[in-house]
Amino acid sequence: MSTITGTAPAVAASSRPGAGAALRHTMTLAWRSLVQIKHNPMELVDLSVQPIMFLLLFTYVFGGAIAGSTGDYLQFALPGLVVQNMLFASMTTAVGLNIDITRGVFDRLRSLPISRSAPLAGRIVADTLKQVWAFALFLGLGLVLGFRVHMGIAGVLGALALLLAFALAMSWMAVLVGVTAASMEKVQILMFSLMMPITFTSNAFVATDTMPPWLRTWVEVNPVSHLADAVRGLLGGGPVASDATVSLLWAAGIVVVFAPLAVRAFRNRA
Amino acid sequence: MGHAIQAEGLAKRYGETRALDGVDLEVPQGRLLGVLGPNGAGKTTAVRILATLVRPDEGGAHVAGFDVVRQAHQVRSLIGLTGQYAAVDEALTGVENLVMIGRLLGLTRAEARRRADGLLDRFALSDVGGRAAKTYSGGLRRRLDLAASLVGRPQVLFLDEPTIGLDPRSRTDLWGVVRGLQDEGVTVLLTTQYLEEADQLADDIVVFDHGKVIASGTPDALKAATGGQVLELRPSEAAHLDLVRRVVADVLDVTPEVSHGQVTAPMREFAAVSAIVRRLDDLGVVAAELSLRRASLNEVFLALTGHRAKDEEQDAEAAA
Repeated sequence: MSTITGTAPAVAASSRPGAGAALRHTMTLAWRSLVQIKHNPMELVDLSVQPIMFLLLFTYVFGGAIAGSTGDYLQFALPGLVVQNMLFASMTTAVGLNIDITRGVFDRLRSLPISRSAPLAGRIVADTLKQVWAFALFLGLGLVLGFRVHMGIAGVLGALALLLAFALAMSWMAVLVGVTAASMEKVQILMFSLMMPITFTSNAFVATDTMPPWLRTWVEVNPVSHLADAVRGLLGGGPVASDATVSLLWAAGIVVVFAPLAVRAFRNRA
Repeated sequence: MGHAIQAEGLAKRYGETRALDGVDLEVPQGRLLGVLGPNGAGKTTAVRILATLVRPDEGGAHVAGFDVVRQAHQVRSLIGLTGQYAAVDEALTGVENLVMIGRLLGLTRAEARRRADGLLDRFALSDVGGRAAKTYSGGLRRRLDLAASLVGRPQVLFLDEPTIGLDPRSRTDLWGVVRGLQDEGVTVLLTTQYLEEADQLADDIVVFDHGKVIASGTPDALKAATGGQVLELRPSEAAHLDLVRRVVADVLDVTPEVSHGQVTAPMREFAAVSAIVRRLDDLGVVAAELSLRRASLNEVFLALTGHRAKDEEQDAEAAA
């Protein structure tokens, strides 16, 4: 029988963990979120089904009707679908966080002598890697179906960087929702009813000239439109600077509004 | 300082509710304190404050000599916490749950793995260590949870209702594990609604009700101080039960309980027994069984709070 306590007396750490330790804690907790995929490959399917399904459905069902040919539509819609998927995926942080809190895993982590931000940061790092996976899947399948990248690897990396920057800003919103919602189901319902209209009232899937003027006013402000156009430019060629700038301004605005709210909610719940 | 846990005047309010209303606690090194009380008595809030998860509104506490607010990080490096809800990651295997905590505590991969294997072995979880925790039964999950709180070799362990919802067999198993920890000199604060559990495990007991400590002492002292003796009297003829009840009520000046064909009542003076027997004799009632015993903690609780603690029967109903 092994001895549980006493043999190597724990020595009280004299101070809070430094940056190196915080990084290590974050990576351990990111590993924790990702290793689940190993046991439950369905989770990877979960992550992948939506991109594949949307890409195929939009291209072959709507493509001809909207753009005249499936090939033209794919070139137009893939960036929009990538943006939509990024927004939906950014909300998985809320679901995971909410489960951790309601099940008590968060209390366990917070009772450990680890960096205070690591439980949040670890989850966000893992979710960011999932975003990269979804992006690669979209692009890979898109290339097979006939999508053409004209701006080379730099454009691809630029698009990815922009998407990830926006996703990180969104994760503050996800933290706020995940911390304040009473249950995982409520998180999902709230996120769906928020993200669905936001992504559809944009130029992500269709040209906007047939929309009523009041709607067009919003569409032109909607960050989804700017993100979609910036990604279009970065992958397929065309102007990028103004749309990318507006997207990043939106991201900054989201951080300014939601980061303090999220941090406060996090402290209160904790 | 000999006290592993020391709290003074802890108070915590949630909205209008006073979850804790001025609680003092002292647990000497290596002792097990049972915190006993019904749901909503403030037990969990006290644990959460002592385990640095919540700041008290008033008062303060030291755990292993460190202030739970100002030196929270030091406290965290010396404690283990097992909550009411089994706080293991259900998607991870038993091994991975323990390795994760070992890694977070700064062990190398190999050390964390060795530590995990040792704990799984100790808690008879080796066979299921490779399975995801979501496939575990309640008892297994609770054992894994307890193992997780021991990865860091804590000096002070908080067990917040560790056996709630467990079947009797798993509960007894867990008691064995807790006794093992006591033997190793770990200081334990255990909250429970089960009187039997506190009686079985605790060196000292404090009783919480409505955010206050309403009694404290060793299990024996508590029983002696409040209930004293309990008289149990069973008439040979069931028809005499009500007569017996009235006689006992009259002589002892209490409201006896009548159940399972016997009358039960707390009593302080031994002489009352002969008075009761004489009166029954006059009435021609024969006692088939008459016994005096020490009050159980359940009766102590009733005497202290005026209401019953959740007992095994109720719990069985709730579980069914």
